[in-house]
Amino acid sequence: MNLKEIIDNLHLEPVTVPRNFAEITPTCGYTSDLLSCVMSGAAHQSIWVTLQAHINIVAVATLLDLSAIIITEDAKPDEATIAKANEEGINIFLSKEPTFTVVGKLWEMGLRCQ
Amino acid sequence: MPSLMQFRAELHVHTVVSPCAEVEMIPPLIIQQAIENHIDLIAITDHNSTANAGAVMKAAEGTGLTVLPGMELQTVEEVHSLCIFETLEKALEFQKVVDLALPSLKNSPEHFGEQFVVDETGEFIRREERLLIVSTNLTLTKAWLTVNAIGGLFIPAHVDRKAFGLIENLGFVPQDIHLSAVEISRHLNSRFAVNKYPQLKGFTLIKGGDAHRLDELTGANQFMVESRSVDEIKLALLHESERKVVIID
Repeated sequence: MNLKEIIDNLHLEPVTVPRNFAEITPTCGYTSDLLSCVMSGAAHQSIWVTLQAHINIVAVATLLDLSAIIITEDAKPDEATIAKANEEGINIFLSKEPTFTVVGKLWEMGLRCQ
Repeated sequence: MPSLMQFRAELHVHTVVSPCAEVEMIPPLIIQQAIENHIDLIAITDHNSTANAGAVMKAAEGTGLTVLPGMELQTVEEVHSLCIFETLEKALEFQKVVDLALPSLKNSPEHFGEQFVVDETGEFIRREERLLIVSTNLTLTKAWLTVNAIGGLFIPAHVDRKAFGLIENLGFVPQDIHLSAVEISRHLNSRFAVNKYPQLKGFTLIKGGDAHRLDELTGANQFMVESRSVDEIKLALLHESERKVVIID
């Protein structure tokens, strides 16, 4: 499954520059709001689901080469965070739904970690 | 050559308005214990509240102990930071910002503990009805900017702790804020801090008692400054003009 299908299915709102999302295929998912856990626990190319919107999420995503960050519960990253994400080529999407629901839907779509 | 003096400081002290503090944390007992422990300066840092800072300052009058008003702020990232000011007026100015940023949740004393506002003798004045141990909607960056604008000290608290510590929640110190120091908890030996947390390399460390009980008033910071003021402490944290701070583990 590719990122475009995920965006459409979960009605995600992109906040970073659009690119060809159909070409990006996440291979795993991860969820935590503690960045230290993400740094040690998330696999490369994962989709990371969190309600943490602090600018440090961009550095973590860059470090791990994540496919995308989904920020849940209508939390909003500030302009500096979005600018940094664009600079680093990190995809950030927003969802109004809680993390539980977003992760459930990803699982339903068949996203698993190999 | 400035004439420098040494003083011992504990910059992280709770009172009975913090629901997690023991009932012994009232102004006269805090003052008495600090003096017994040869501490020269304390900062009162309750969770999101300055309500008892004035009472402790009043109780310290004439004792020789310096009391700075402040609070331990919880930002939206669930990170705790010490915000310390020179005067009560400045602390109250910051409180106004925090009041607007606190969610309107009512404290439940049976779950979280009592939040007592007291006078300088420790006598009960009122209960703080709002829940204080909760995140404000201030971001770390906004909080840092606001405290700076008021001329206060902004020091992320117990950065090594799993709960509400900056490293656990944010992974490393963000680059968009410029800190003069970070606080490590009293359980961490400062000599091993950078080894254990390489993210702290280059930062001035202070050690906080995070005193919720009288016997946690440790005063592990030895300052070398010209006077006991926020501006002098800032210079010491930046190791400027020969000022400095040393942790006594």
